[in-house]
Amino acid sequence: MTAALATLAGPMEQFEILDIIHLDLAGMNISFTNASLWMLISVVAVSVFMFAATNRAQMVPGKMQSAGEALYQFIADMLRDACGSEGMKFFPYIFTLFMFIFSCNLLGLWPTIPGSPHALHTFTPTSHIIVTFALAMVTITILLVYGFYKNGLGFLKLFVPSGVPWWLLWLIPLIEIVSFVSRPISLAIRLFANMLAGHMILKIFAGFITALLAAGPMVGWLAIFPFLGNIAIFLLELLVAFLQAYVFAILSSVYLNDALHPSH
Amino acid sequence: MTPILMILAFAPGEAAESSSGLPQMDVTTFPSQLFWLAVTFGVLYWLMDKVFLPKLGGIIEERRNRIADDYDKAAEFKREAEEAEEAYRKALADARAKAASIAAETRASLDEEIAGMQADMDEKLNQQIAAAEARIAEMQAAAEAKVSEAAVETTKAVVQLLIDEQPDDAAVKNAIEAAQAS
Repeated sequence: MTAALATLAGPMEQFEILDIIHLDLAGMNISFTNASLWMLISVVAVSVFMFAATNRAQMVPGKMQSAGEALYQFIADMLRDACGSEGMKFFPYIFTLFMFIFSCNLLGLWPTIPGSPHALHTFTPTSHIIVTFALAMVTITILLVYGFYKNGLGFLKLFVPSGVPWWLLWLIPLIEIVSFVSRPISLAIRLFANMLAGHMILKIFAGFITALLAAGPMVGWLAIFPFLGNIAIFLLELLVAFLQAYVFAILSSVYLNDALHPSH
Repeated sequence: MTPILMILAFAPGEAAESSSGLPQMDVTTFPSQLFWLAVTFGVLYWLMDKVFLPKLGGIIEERRNRIADDYDKAAEFKREAEEAEEAYRKALADARAKAASIAAETRASLDEEIAGMQADMDEKLNQQIAAAEARIAEMQAAAEAKVSEAAVETTKAVVQLLIDEQPDDAAVKNAIEAAQAS
């Protein structure tokens, strides 16, 4: 019994980072890992999709082109709603962000091939907070750099909303700064925690199934319940994969709107 | 050990196994993750910015322009059709007016002609009537003359028979005229 348990992977095993090709750059370990592999797979998948959508682009679109155009319009409309038409200069970034996160989330739900080496198990890059935080920081960096570039010091009006009574002028900017600083943190944690929790629940339910089956015929039939539960959660995770990518993209758009129109 | 307890036993065993806890908190993996994120995301961004999105946006734009053009063209065609209809209506109205004027003219000229012919005919008839009346009057006068001549002859004969005397014509004529006048 304990031997069987020892071979079962825990719910955190799927998040472990393993080297595939060991690389060092200036004393830093920049190995090509399973995380790198799945980022690469996601980018290749998105690129193949986009290539299929834009190769031989026609006035009357084919299936792939229709899908590509639908995504294009979806993200463009979202960005335009958040930032107005001048926000379209951020479109390549927001579109890339959405597609990257969405494909990472979605491909991470692909079942691992049974018996494959640990480093080749399915991996979700967006379940690592360093990745989501880095993406959030890219958004915030664009916001800060473009905000100061376009508005100069007027960008600081972002922290002093108009119509604040003079006796609150010491407090409101403080609150605004705290809320500004929490933006990348909330962006990063929202996506990371959703991916982490979803994959952990899937793994824990899967663990229930194997444990119940291993416990013998008396209770083995009960494994149907975590099995059905896992199906439901998997479907939910498909939705979450899309939704979190969308939320990340739309919040990035809303934040970038502050660079265009800092006074609110 | 019930299955539930066995599962609950996972967590501490796992924690003991990997000393670092959450794999996400293992900072030694951060440089590699950041490096590869920058590479992959950067490549994807470049592809999107330079290749895919301009192509996709271009074709969408082109289609929008084409549709707008087609709408414009359709509006122009519609306008032309309306103009043509207007012209047709105008031509029809003109033709109707012309036809009506021609009919009126024709009617007027016919009326004139008829009136002329009627006048000619009336004149001719009047002349004929006048000629006939003149002839009748002539014939009447001749007849009257003949009657009075006959009356003179008869009277002369009657007088000869009665008195065996040849009266002279003037006397007889005067006598008859006197008789007639009374």
